[in-house]
Amino acid sequence: MYMKRVIPCLDVKGGRVVKGIRFQGLRDAGDPVALADAYRRSGADELVVLDVSATVEERSHGLATIRALREVLDIPMTVGGGVRSVEDASALLEAGADKVAVNTAAVRRPALLRELADRFGRQCVVLSLDAARRPGGWQVVVRAGQEPTGTCALAWASRAVGLGAGEILLTSWDQDGTGGGYDLPLLRAVTDAVPVPVVASGGAEGPEDLARAFAAGASAALAASMFHDGRWTLPQVKAALKGAGVQVRS
Amino acid sequence: MEVMVLQTGAANLASVLAALRRAGASPVLGVDPERAARADRLVLPGVGAFGQVMDRLDETTLRQVLQARIAADRPLLGICLGMQVLATGSDESPGVAGLGVLPGRVTPFGDVPIRPLMGWGAVRGAPCGLVRDGEAYFVHGFRLTEAPADWQVSWADYGGPYVAALQRGSVLGCQFHPELSGSWGASLLRRWLQEVPCT
Repeated sequence: MYMKRVIPCLDVKGGRVVKGIRFQGLRDAGDPVALADAYRRSGADELVVLDVSATVEERSHGLATIRALREVLDIPMTVGGGVRSVEDASALLEAGADKVAVNTAAVRRPALLRELADRFGRQCVVLSLDAARRPGGWQVVVRAGQEPTGTCALAWASRAVGLGAGEILLTSWDQDGTGGGYDLPLLRAVTDAVPVPVVASGGAEGPEDLARAFAAGASAALAASMFHDGRWTLPQVKAALKGAGVQVRS
Repeated sequence: MEVMVLQTGAANLASVLAALRRAGASPVLGVDPERAARADRLVLPGVGAFGQVMDRLDETTLRQVLQARIAADRPLLGICLGMQVLATGSDESPGVAGLGVLPGRVTPFGDVPIRPLMGWGAVRGAPCGLVRDGEAYFVHGFRLTEAPADWQVSWADYGGPYVAALQRGSVLGCQFHPELSGSWGASLLRRWLQEVPCT
């Protein structure tokens, strides 16, 4: 059986990590390369970098950041934000991404997923799915949650996998940034609905949240603030997960 | 020492190139068969589908170059799909002949809950070879389940044992991605670059 992945997430804008960071022992905590290198050394299984190319102005800056990250990263790197076309994805992959995450553009034009899978293979294609709780289920929201789509999150997950998504980065809009734990019923519902790996995102406060996400079927768990704030280190989280009987990379 | 990475597909090679640079090499990217025949170290990365890679190799004489390198035990590293093409063929692309260096055939994972496989798994079994026991990053939906006796084989397990890596002399095939397998993968790349003799 394969090990559960623990994935720190860097939100990068203008070449800097933008979520509040009080990471210990770094000269420049806002430098994504220094932060990524520290996570790599301390046992991150993978890294997700978001929003690097969300706007046209930031695109070239973002590609430079990805190139710099690739030089130091000896673990997989998923990059997302502003991917609207095969060309956008190609630029990120050439710069050093191993996987590309698509969100809004795929909701607007689902065929994008098939185009990406045909060109790069489905193992390169991550559907970034933001879901908000609604009576009776979950709905897809886009544009950083500002816009509800009316689409059922489970139906969209299944359809996206059929089109070519090889992994789903599943973020709970309700839980994100709250530290209240992942949305476990959402995770369970999506992992039951699709055969591809699902990465839990939104709400992690400590290792017990990750353990619960894995128990709910997640293949990987993403966290930002709990690592950036220095409340938890990767070795602490991995030790706690091992103690809870979760198989993780040593 | 010239280290050449074959550009056989559309997807990214940045990770492989960066990992080789970190291991002290100055890799060049290309598809020229003569240069591939001469290179001191040749890397066949795995991107795309089995049939696409073989088509690409058959656009030139790269199939023959690879077969000759393997027969002469000249350093070759096949990664992921780059290892699978050593086999006779794959269910991924029926009717397409692989390099045929290994007698087996590549088949999809059977009864597994999640696919494609994307994650870290244990590698065990070839203590005397380049590939030490450890944990490696895998991304694949097809795998090889047998290997000839004259290869040193490391195994992984997902719905049953399959070939994680195999080595015969200077020729190394890895189903996992050494370039994404942390310091364990980095040290494997360094061993292949430094300990395998140039011939």
